[in-house]
Order: sequence, then C-alpha cells, then structure tokens
Amino acid sequence: MTDSKKEKSSQKKSKSKVKLRLTNICKRFGSKVVLDGVDLDVFENESLVVLGGSGSGKSVLIKSIIGLLQPDSGTVELEGSNITNIPRRGRDNLMSRFGFLFQGGALFDSQTVWENVAFYLIHNKYMRRKEAQEIALSKLEDVGLTSDSMNLYPSELSGGMQKRVALARAIVNDPEVIFFDEPTTGLDPIMANVINDLIIKTCKKLGSTAITITHDINSAQRIATRLAMLYKGKIVWTGGVKKMHKSGNPIFDQFIKGEIKGPIELELRRH
Amino acid sequence: MKLISTIGKYTILMVSQLGRLICFTFSSIRWVFSFPFYFRKLLESFVEIGFFSIPIVGMTAIFTGAVLVLQSYTGFSRFSAEHSIPTVVVLSITRELGPVLAGLMVAGRVGSSIAAEIATMRVTEQIDALFTLAVNPIKYLVVPRMLASIIVLPVLVLIADIIGIMGGYLVATEKLGFNRARYIDNTMQYLETDDVISGLIKAAIFGFIIAISGCYSGYNTKKGAEGVGVATINAVVMASVLILFSNYITTQILFRK
Repeated sequence: MTDSKKEKSSQKKSKSKVKLRLTNICKRFGSKVVLDGVDLDVFENESLVVLGGSGSGKSVLIKSIIGLLQPDSGTVELEGSNITNIPRRGRDNLMSRFGFLFQGGALFDSQTVWENVAFYLIHNKYMRRKEAQEIALSKLEDVGLTSDSMNLYPSELSGGMQKRVALARAIVNDPEVIFFDEPTTGLDPIMANVINDLIIKTCKKLGSTAITITHDINSAQRIATRLAMLYKGKIVWTGGVKKMHKSGNPIFDQFIKGEIKGPIELELRRH
Repeated sequence: MKLISTIGKYTILMVSQLGRLICFTFSSIRWVFSFPFYFRKLLESFVEIGFFSIPIVGMTAIFTGAVLVLQSYTGFSRFSAEHSIPTVVVLSITRELGPVLAGLMVAGRVGSSIAAEIATMRVTEQIDALFTLAVNPIKYLVVPRMLASIIVLPVLVLIADIIGIMGGYLVATEKLGFNRARYIDNTMQYLETDDVISGLIKAAIFGFIIAISGCYSGYNTKKGAEGVGVATINAVVMASVLILFSNYITTQILFRK
C-alpha cells in the first residue's frame, strides 16, 4: 500500500473533518527552493507533528500556513475556505482562531507576565485591564504557574517558565488551531516532558487541533496522534504515531533512528 | 565589467530600499486613520521621546545660544554693530539652530532607541507574535511613535528656542556687559511670529523623519545581534541626512514665501 493510500484509509477510519488543507504549497528564497509542493491535510482535533531536519523548511511551512510568510504558489484552506491571500482585516479575524507558540517564546520583554498573557484581550478584545488580568491568571494556572509570577518580566523567568507563559498567551483566545514551533528546543528532558504534557492537556481541554513542528522524536512520540515527514520541501510520509516504527519509508526510518547512513546522508555529502 | 556590475548591484539595492521606505511610510500614514488607537502606547511615546529628551535638547540649546553670542560679538564688534547681536541670535536660533540641533540630538537619542527596540523585537520574533495575536505591528509599534514624534518635536524646539535665547542673554549681559532691558528689547524688536512658526514646522517634519527612520530600520533588520547594531546605525545616519536635506528644502520653500 502506498503512502497516499494509507493516508486515505486513515482518513476514512477517523471520519474526521479536514480542518486545514494545504495544496501544492511552494516557497523559495532567491534560488533556494524551501517548500516544493507541500500537500497536507490536518484533521479536526488531531495532533499532527511535522518532523524534519534542521533547514528542511518546517518553520517556513508553519509560517506559510498562518500567513507570516506568503507562499509563492499553492493554497491553504481552513474548513474549506481559502485563507492564503486574505487582506489584513480578514486576517486579524482569522488569527483570533489560531494560537502560536514560538520557539523562543517571543514574549514581549517590556511587559510583565500577565500583560503578555492578556495582550490579545486588551489590544484586540479591548477588555478592561482588571478583567483581562483575571483571565490571564486563570490561563497561567492552566499551565502550572501561580499568581506570584504574574508581575515578573520575561527576563526574570527560566526557559521552561517562559515557554509556559508563551503557551498561556497562545491559548488565551481559546483557539481552534494551535501551532507549536519546536516547543521543547532548549529545555532539559524533564522540562521538555512537562511542556509536552501541557500541550496534550491544553489541546484536550480546548478541543483544539494542534500542529507541531519539531525534530525531537521523543516529543513527537508523546504529543502526536499523526506524524508527517518533511524532506526536500515535500511531505514524504504521513501516518499514525503507532506506525512510526514500521513506516516503510527509508527517509523517515533513518530520521527517527538518527542513523548517519541512509538517503539523507547522500544529501549531506552533496552539500 | 566588474565595476559596472557592482554599480548596477548597488543602484538596484538603493532603489529597492527607497521603494521599501516609501511603501513603509505610506503604510504607516494609512494606519493613522483607522481604528483602534493605542492611546497608552502614544502616551508612553510622548514620555519617552519628549520628556526624556528635554535635558539633552536644553543643554544643546543653552550652549549654542552662549557660543552664538560670543562668536557674533567677535565679528560684529569690529564694525560697531553689537546692537544687532540679539536679533542675530534670536533669528538664528528660532529659524535654524533650534530645530536642526534639537532634531539631530533627538535623532541620536530617540532614533537609535526606536531602531534598537524594534530590531530586537524583530530578531526575537516579537513582531511575528504581534501578528499572531491579531495586532497590526505597524499600527501598534510605528503609528504611536510617529504621532508622538511629530507632536513632541515642535514642543522640544520651542523649549530649545527659549533656553537658547536665554543662554545668549546670560552671556551677553553677564560676560559682555550688555544692558539687560535693551538686550530683551532688541531680541523682540525684529522677531516675527513667522520666524518661530517656520522653526516649528521644520521640527514637525524632523519628528516624522526621526520616527520613520528608526521604525523602518528596526522593522526591516536582518537576523542577529549584528542586525540590531546595523539597524541602529542606519536609523541615526538616515535620520541625520534626511533632516539636513529636508531642512534645506523646507527653508527654501519658507524663504520664497
């Protein structure tokens, strides 16, 4: 059975609605082709993890989906409607349905922890500061932080705490789709698992669809319901997390085993 | 051949940069007239750009006024025209030195700070985070600074005018023995409202230039710490050159009037 057939059968089994559909997404920077026709479906309430090596275009893919980058060609559909080139005002409404956890947290360093979390509520929903602060506090509690930390500045927090605050900020609008950009990079294994569990818990609680990009196999195994492998700007394999060790795809197999020899090695030698 | 291709490369780079700057400027102006307005950010910018610039602008003005009196005296006393010194001082400061020196000082202090702050936000993905939180980065970061700068610079120049004239007055009366009442009379005698207004118009233009240079350089920075440094340098150089260039253009336009 080919990869696409496997995917189709898994779609039928899950009977889930397609939340996001990417069709032939291409993106190049100068002469360098980063995304070379990415086709991918993300189903409602699933947790899809896109795996790929450093520089494989994972970040470009996720940024192209939410509109931080404009793809050169191809379409992104959210529940059937094309969201690829919608104007600024429409995009602001659209962003209200998304949450995004940045790799480095991207917390506003001139604002306190609670102001960071309440940012969307104050600046987009025009909520009173007091009211927004209460919601921010409850979101901070959801990610395991207490009110003691709410008046601290991001520079006063550890890496793990910054990730938690960033997660609280990403879920403050109860998003339908949450994007996680390398959520465990730079964290120790225990803290990484704490963040992994928080991601699972949060998505379950909100009923959100999650798209994570990472090269951390342990994290992927923990949070994914389905995996996709991005290689040379294309999705070369997708499948359920249970099929991870019997994918039958040499590129994916080599990547998850971290073997030096294999199809990916040839690529390294060429460059 | 290599020389021609290098010239061509830099010409294309310059034209594309200019195009980007113009697009950025128009985009910033366009967002002034749309909801929402970030009053809190505007107030913060007033304090940061205006209030904290008062000492440096005041210091520049007082010494400029003082030096102007000394230098004018050296020349004017040679043909017994000392009585013209107050007029020369007040016209030089209100029409030219107040706005230009305040503009350049604020470009150094505020332009660099705006550029460094926005560039750091770009490098650490904070600007991308604004986008994902459904907040327009131009509207949130650029518009309040631009408005504050346009409004605050004329106020700073007015303060610089007063302090500069005061600096000249102190040196003239305390060191050179001018009669106090006559010095003030001579100062006011030939000063017209247009002289002060022309300086304030220039100041508003310089304010716009400072904010746009800082924001543009910061917003379009390349990644890394080096990018932040380059953005800061670009902001100050761009603002200073544009201030001096626009000063000539504005003076010529106002002069023809």
